[in-house]
Amino acid sequence: MSEWPLWEVFIRARRGLSHQHVGSLHAPDAAMAVRNARDVYTRRGEGVSIWVVPSGQITASSPDEKDAFFDPAADKVYRHPTFYEVPAEAKHL
Amino acid sequence: MRGQYALALGDDALVLAQRLGEWVARAPELEEDIALANIALDLLGQARTLLSYAGEQEGEGRDEDALAYWRDDREFRNVLLVELPNGDFAATMARQLVFAAYQYELYDRLRAGTDDTLAAIAGKAVKEVHYHRDHATQWVLRLGDGTDESRRRMVAALDAVWPYAGELFEPFDGADVDPATLREPWTAYVHGVLAEAGLDVPEPTAARRGGRAGLHTEHLGYLLAELQHLHRSHPGVTW
Amino acid sequence: MAPTDQRTDDREAAFYAIVDSDGRIEPRDDMPEAYRRSLVRQIAQHAHSEIIGMQPEGNWISRAPSLRRKAILLAKVQDEAGHGLYLYAAAETLGVSRDELLELLHTRKQKYSSIFNYPTLTWADVGAIGWLVDGAAITNQVPLTRCSYGPYARAMVRICKEESFHQRQGFESLLTLTRGTPAQKAMAQDALDRWWYPSLAMFGPPDTGEQVSGGHTEQSMRWGIKRFSNDELRQRFVDMTVPQSEVLGLTVPDPDLRWNDERGHYDFTQPDYDELFRVIKGDGPCNEQRLRHRVAAQEDGAWVREAAAAYASKRKQAAA
Repeated sequence: MSEWPLWEVFIRARRGLSHQHVGSLHAPDAAMAVRNARDVYTRRGEGVSIWVVPSGQITASSPDEKDAFFDPAADKVYRHPTFYEVPAEAKHL
Repeated sequence: MRGQYALALGDDALVLAQRLGEWVARAPELEEDIALANIALDLLGQARTLLSYAGEQEGEGRDEDALAYWRDDREFRNVLLVELPNGDFAATMARQLVFAAYQYELYDRLRAGTDDTLAAIAGKAVKEVHYHRDHATQWVLRLGDGTDESRRRMVAALDAVWPYAGELFEPFDGADVDPATLREPWTAYVHGVLAEAGLDVPEPTAARRGGRAGLHTEHLGYLLAELQHLHRSHPGVTW
Repeated sequence: MAPTDQRTDDREAAFYAIVDSDGRIEPRDDMPEAYRRSLVRQIAQHAHSEIIGMQPEGNWISRAPSLRRKAILLAKVQDEAGHGLYLYAAAETLGVSRDELLELLHTRKQKYSSIFNYPTLTWADVGAIGWLVDGAAITNQVPLTRCSYGPYARAMVRICKEESFHQRQGFESLLTLTRGTPAQKAMAQDALDRWWYPSLAMFGPPDTGEQVSGGHTEQSMRWGIKRFSNDELRQRFVDMTVPQSEVLGLTVPDPDLRWNDERGHYDFTQPDYDELFRVIKGDGPCNEQRLRHRVAAQEDGAWVREAAAAYASKRKQAAA
């Protein structure tokens, strides 16, 4: 007997926010997965919109490549606004 | 008179909530356990507001618990359909489809009815029932067009539940919505689901009726005995 | 040293560097096999406890003495199904499936909390479970929100948030009973009498002898899975619960219970650990009943799960 596939659930908590991963569940197909997600993950009004994605369909970066993937970004301080010093009287920057 | 109508609708919701509560820790999968409990909770919430309102209308100081726990089965006004034992998952889904499709059309019309309180209750509940109807629909499709076994069980479940559908549309004195007007949209919806699932509409049979007049199946007595015994063992206390 | 060993050492060092700095291990990180196995066992046991725990309380849904209490209890038992689900999902990130774990439960190769092998005989037991059993569970679980394994810690955050209403409703339900008729108060006292020691036993055996050095507790602490010893958590629970019992006006069934000024804690009688081990081994009042119920639900639902899977694959083929 085959187990129902696993789905990852993403919820938009309220308008204006992006969907965030909240957990996973089992469902036979997408239509049931989105309904189950509603029952399992929004029992306390936690969301206004749901995405479900088959877990097997997610491509992840590998931890082995972690250094190559993420370390180069760590020294690009000029990508962050606090890198730049501006006079206090210059507002709205 | 209106008190009687709210009472009947409240009894429908209460008895079905009690039945669905029996599925807890027995559903085919954990996700479905949660879904069925959600539906039971929605119906229980509807029952509480409807019975409270029925008590107010009656004007004899009976609250939701007095009505739920201190009436005998001859005084319950729910349709027979909701008191039927759960049976297997197909039987529960057949009952859910028949009842939720009816309740959806009912609440949808009640929203625009002349009774403001009932209209407000229905306005909230119709969204819940929309989901119940969809839930039952999804399962009837899957069981009807799943395996040979699920199809056989779904056919048997529909045959068993069908005679109890007619009572939903019988006249009710003092009803805000004439039940007969719900039959057409109900038929369109339910027959549509059955067609999509590749299931035949069961042959029409004599309607089983009597619940609205307090003439129930033997099942209701046991359901109420369980529901009421603790409350009645300690009259007048607070829980 | 052979190059492969060097690599293993590096990976292990990277793992401990994260754990020692109170970081979180995530699913695709390297981790010692023993850490992974230990986590699977603990998370699964935790998940099993949630779904078996639905039964003793679910036993009273149909008989709840008011519609308000019925709604609360139904919502609570439903939450437990949700908690089981979150925990199975956390275990699944470690490369096991929910079906495999359920199979281990059904064949008695994995355990669940011994507390759920006791019967709920009266309505007050539902309140006592909320107050004592959920109280003990929260004491155990709050430190787990900082556990070293990310998915487990995140599941525990969600669970603890939802559990907060469980303990309060139990306490409130018992308070209503103790402020009620003599019969109601007697019902509440009887429930406390029966649930007190099994609740203390929920924290596991005492941390003595080999349990402390080289045992399971020490290893779990090294890995950042466990933060406090069984005895520390048990003491914390007693210190928290005894004053609450006074508010309820109930008597904790322990003649030797008293405040110890020197220690700044309550002294109390330990539960019967022989009984704990007997119940864990399968000789509790309800072990057979709970497992049989669970297996029956699984077996009765098989045709439904198969039907939904068959429908999905038919649709997929039709679309292809």
